[in-house]
Amino acid sequence: MKKMKLVLVGNGMAGVRTIEELLKVAPDLYDITVFGAEPHPNYNRILLSPVLAGEQTLDEIILNPMEWYARHGIQLHAGKKVISVDRTRRQVVADDGTTAHYDRLLFATGSTPFILPVPGKDLEGVIAYRDIADTQAMIETARHHKHAVVIGGGLLGLEAANGLMLRGMDVTVVHIAPWLLDRQLDEAAGKLLQQTLEARGLRFLIGAQTEELIAGPNGRVQSVRFKDGREVTADLVVMAAGIRPNTELAQQIGLRCDRGILVTDTMQTITDPRIYAVGECANHRGIAYGLVAPLYEQGRVCANHLAMFGIGRYQGSQTSTKLKVTGIDLFSAGDFMGGDQTEEVLLSDPISGIYKKLVIREDKLVGACLYGDTSLGSYYFDLIREGRSIKEHRSHLMFGRAPAKCEVLA
Amino acid sequence: MTSVPSKITKATCPYCGTGCGVLIESRGNDIVNVQGDPDHPANFGRLCTKGSTLHLTAAAHIQKQTRLLTPQLRRHRSQSRQEVNWDAAMDFAVEKLIDIVAQHGPDAVGFYGSGQLLTEDYYALNKVVKGLIGTNNIDTNSRLCMSSAVAGYKATLGVDAPPACYEDLGLAQTLFITGANTAYAHPILFRRIEDARRANPSMKLIVVDPRKTETAEMADLYLPIQPGTDVALFNGMLHVLLKESLIDQAYIEQHTQGFAELQAMVEQFPPEVSARLCGIPVADLVQAARYFGGHTPTLSLYCQGLNQSSRGTDKNAALINLHLATGQIGRPGAGPFSLTGQPNAMGGREVGGMANLLSAHRDLSNAQHREEVAALWGVDQVPARPGKTAVEMFEAAARGEIKALWIACTNPAQSLPDQATVRRALQAAELVVVQEAFATTATCEFADVLLPATTWGEKDGTVTNSERRISRVRPAIAPAGQARNDWAIFTDLGRRIEARQPSWLPPYRPGTSTLFPYDTPESIWNEHRESTRGQDLDITGLSYATLEQAGPQQWPMPDGAATGQSRLYMDGRFPTVDGRAKFYPAQYHPPAERISDLYPFSFNTGRLRDQWHGMSRTGSLGRLFGHVSEPCVELNPNDLAAMGISSGALVQVSSRRGTVIAPAQANDTIQPRHAYMAMHWGQECLSGRQPNGEPIAGVNALTNPAFCPSSKQPELKHSAVQVTPVELPWGIVAAAWMRQEQAMTVRERLKPFMAQFAFASCVPFGREPSDQQEAGILFRAADTAACNDTLLQAIESILGLGGVDSLVYQDRSHGQRRVMRRTRQGEHLHLQAFLLAGDTDAASWLKPLLQDHLPVDTYGPALVAPGAQPPVPVVQKGRQVCACFNVSEPDIIQVVGDGSGSPDDTLSQLQAQLKCGTNCGSCVPELRKIIKLHTREGATH
Repeated sequence: MKKMKLVLVGNGMAGVRTIEELLKVAPDLYDITVFGAEPHPNYNRILLSPVLAGEQTLDEIILNPMEWYARHGIQLHAGKKVISVDRTRRQVVADDGTTAHYDRLLFATGSTPFILPVPGKDLEGVIAYRDIADTQAMIETARHHKHAVVIGGGLLGLEAANGLMLRGMDVTVVHIAPWLLDRQLDEAAGKLLQQTLEARGLRFLIGAQTEELIAGPNGRVQSVRFKDGREVTADLVVMAAGIRPNTELAQQIGLRCDRGILVTDTMQTITDPRIYAVGECANHRGIAYGLVAPLYEQGRVCANHLAMFGIGRYQGSQTSTKLKVTGIDLFSAGDFMGGDQTEEVLLSDPISGIYKKLVIREDKLVGACLYGDTSLGSYYFDLIREGRSIKEHRSHLMFGRAPAKCEVLA
Repeated sequence: MTSVPSKITKATCPYCGTGCGVLIESRGNDIVNVQGDPDHPANFGRLCTKGSTLHLTAAAHIQKQTRLLTPQLRRHRSQSRQEVNWDAAMDFAVEKLIDIVAQHGPDAVGFYGSGQLLTEDYYALNKVVKGLIGTNNIDTNSRLCMSSAVAGYKATLGVDAPPACYEDLGLAQTLFITGANTAYAHPILFRRIEDARRANPSMKLIVVDPRKTETAEMADLYLPIQPGTDVALFNGMLHVLLKESLIDQAYIEQHTQGFAELQAMVEQFPPEVSARLCGIPVADLVQAARYFGGHTPTLSLYCQGLNQSSRGTDKNAALINLHLATGQIGRPGAGPFSLTGQPNAMGGREVGGMANLLSAHRDLSNAQHREEVAALWGVDQVPARPGKTAVEMFEAAARGEIKALWIACTNPAQSLPDQATVRRALQAAELVVVQEAFATTATCEFADVLLPATTWGEKDGTVTNSERRISRVRPAIAPAGQARNDWAIFTDLGRRIEARQPSWLPPYRPGTSTLFPYDTPESIWNEHRESTRGQDLDITGLSYATLEQAGPQQWPMPDGAATGQSRLYMDGRFPTVDGRAKFYPAQYHPPAERISDLYPFSFNTGRLRDQWHGMSRTGSLGRLFGHVSEPCVELNPNDLAAMGISSGALVQVSSRRGTVIAPAQANDTIQPRHAYMAMHWGQECLSGRQPNGEPIAGVNALTNPAFCPSSKQPELKHSAVQVTPVELPWGIVAAAWMRQEQAMTVRERLKPFMAQFAFASCVPFGREPSDQQEAGILFRAADTAACNDTLLQAIESILGLGGVDSLVYQDRSHGQRRVMRRTRQGEHLHLQAFLLAGDTDAASWLKPLLQDHLPVDTYGPALVAPGAQPPVPVVQKGRQVCACFNVSEPDIIQVVGDGSGSPDDTLSQLQAQLKCGTNCGSCVPELRKIIKLHTREGATH
């Protein structure tokens, strides 16, 4: 019998993981076609930072080499960007005119970097940090230029800054919030992180608001000016001020979007049940996830449903954070900021550069923020997700699973 | 090192009544060392743990922190005291005093002195009070110490004179130690006892004590009698002596009277009856009697076990009866020898500085004696009304009858029984003057006027020790700050009163312009000497010059005598009307406070080996807390088990008068239903919050003020108490090393916080002299719930834990907080300070980490892990046994374990390998005990 056609728009981690899951459970159900805007097979975007830092090579971060697609009879259109979809004909059209018919369509268009709307944002030497091209651009720039400014002290910005520094540049990180990683760390941990990175040579402008990127004689960016009048030399400006779900195409074809393509617990778009969306482009219960773990969970549910098992619901994810800067251990998960309804257990060891905060609500661990020692991160993450009562071993929670046993030798 | 040449000054140890000679080495105004005086007949160069560390207590950095250096005054109770000059302080005190006497009469003032005052201080004080102010309301802490011995001697031998001497320790065949823990309270005498036993193996040592003390451990025969049953024991022994005709009929007939009456009375005490009353085997009582009367000469040594009793006089007299009946008195190696608790209780008695005494053993009730004293002083008369003794004085003040209290050189808010009443007295009195060397005593808090006095190392005068030996006390350095000698303060007091010519001033006899023509201690002493002429203690043959040339002398030493007299009554003549000693039929009476269902425990108090009285001096040295590091109440292990309490847990001890909360310590030297606490643990170390918000007053919150009808000495050795577990789940344990210039100040700053918790204790630790110039403070507290953050932070910052680099664990909503400060010493991190709040179990391994300076690098943040199990094994140094060489129990057991030979060989092996017990020897009894416990021999029985 004739196979159904599945088209994936977006050759990234979320989409391809969904295909992998699908092949596990229903290898022969679909003819699969994949469109990817980048001219590469699926690679691990998360490992771009180690590549930038020179700790890994591009080949090493490829997840699915070309022959994988071939082996599974998947038609890959790498470097072809889908520009329109005819939902009545159920056909997608790429920028080079390539078309593909679908019975099921999967959106995994990911996200796009947020570019500050400031004068000079389009100058040469001003880039975002999203893909291999950006990474290569940075590596290249570092060869010939000295001064870099990274706008945004989030995960991506700090990883970029660290990479550029390791490649020999003087890097200034501009962060508008009161402390670094303000979405992932509390103030204490954020300040500790800043100390560590400063010790390594990064400079920080906390709370500085970028006003303008100023061009040099050759038309390339030359400096960044801030609202307080300060000005910092910059041959390279990396915009890492956040990401936005990439819903351009989805909106264009009339899929309901609101900070992401709105999807149900089966990862179907609420607009068109033939069309699914997973990953950074999808808004599930109001959240568009930017981290890999939830994406994989979404992929599993989505594949399960594409396989027409009909079971499996995505209920949302607890997320946890790690910063991929070698030698810096930090971890946060759940409601690590805490509040009126919560209790906090704190450990602070300035000499060892360790800070830990556990947030507890009704005898359950609901959040954790670790800096300097994240060895128990996964343990806490499990506790948070499982919502088990920690009443019995609360006193030892900070120190590990069970109290160490040994005697005072008199 | 320094260019200043060092100087040696001969003086006397300020601690117990042994009266050891010390050589003070000083440079400039610093005391740098102290050694035993090899020429002094009391100690021949030896010193105990306390004496041999005197110079450390005199270290400049400690004196700066603990001494009272300037007069202080508050004109109204509501105010806080301000530093003032001497004139302002004295004028205020004197005017108020004069005013009170004018309004309420002389008996409205009370003077409370000390057995640690020098004879000259005492004499001047006594003269101010009895000669000038005209009241006999002068008493001293000797009332808590020796007054039963005084009364016992007077009732039997005629006068207050210990007839024996230290030499007799080496001549006795039977040594009968009753109610004395000589190993702790008089260590240097115990060294002599050890020597004597070594030299004379046939010597028998009998020890009578409810507690199996280290002295008792050494005994050939140990009688663990029930508290207060001493009279029953002595009468029972006399019964045996009579039955077995071990009495000396001839001596009785020639030199005594009243034996028939006694003999009749003793019929009620067959050994079976006595043994049952005492709770000891009949055979042991009989054996004790046989040794006493049959294995002679017999010397009795006794102290607070007989004296601190509501029947103290009876107990003393009943013992003396034994000596008179067996003729064991007035001969070498024999006699009833009262060991004096304090360095100069004897001197105080000699000058009559008590409410019921007059100068030179004269009697207050005797009109002729009063006339002699009045004539001597050049006043019209001295008052006849007996004065109020210690307990009575403070009870009268509490009632408002005594309106001015002048306290000198003692700490009644620590040492008197029934502290609730004592504190009411100190609050009720209109004027409280405290004349004191140390600013750290509990009593100072109550003072309107604080007068800084000199202390050991600065004082000048004489003291008399237990064997009637008068020794010089000489100053090695100048007085600290503005401190003045006590004799000079009293003289100044007298002159200021004279100068104001109050209406009530007694008429002087012709030729007397001032009662206080003194410019030196010697001028006072010479007047005292004159007062002894013709008395039993006649020292008219003695002078400062003689003391200088011939050294310490025993009284009597009348005009013309070449030396003092080592033994009294050699001729069998006694200073009584008929020259005969009087038998004293002492009936047995149980202690004043009966054990009841509600108060089922007998509470006893006593000394520690390395501490002295209220600890104002010894308490400033961490190393003297090495032997016993913290306050506790000792209980029999079975009683603890029955209550379901583990050793170390907090218990509440309550008497009808007050309550103390302290850690319980299981100790099988304590009999079932007995409880014991060291007398030293006053509010300064052990306190907390009473239900009424007042601070817990330490050990004497419990003790019984009931006193002996004739000696007026209170019964500090027995109170009926209840012991109950106390549920205080939230606690603090904090310990910190700090610069030695700060430790005592830190301790003073922590004191006010103690009363904010249901239980609190605060003590120093450490090992002076410290190479790191550091000293430690340990703070404990417990309460029903967590204290507020501000209080906790205050304590943390005082202990140096407030810094930004502190390791902190906090679970506020569960009342848990743990803070550590580590410092890098060499290549290692060391624990400098820690505080545990909430769950304090981790103290069991953190304390050794800190106190033994063990590296903590490997722990990392796990230092703030909870529970008694250390995340990394800790090798603990263990409890200190030898204070001189800082040798701890595990090391000793180690060596003993290898020891194969006899206990003596093992001891010498210990001394050779670890040096323990080779300096002051105070730990030798404990070493023997450990050997006994751990060698095969010991193991077999």
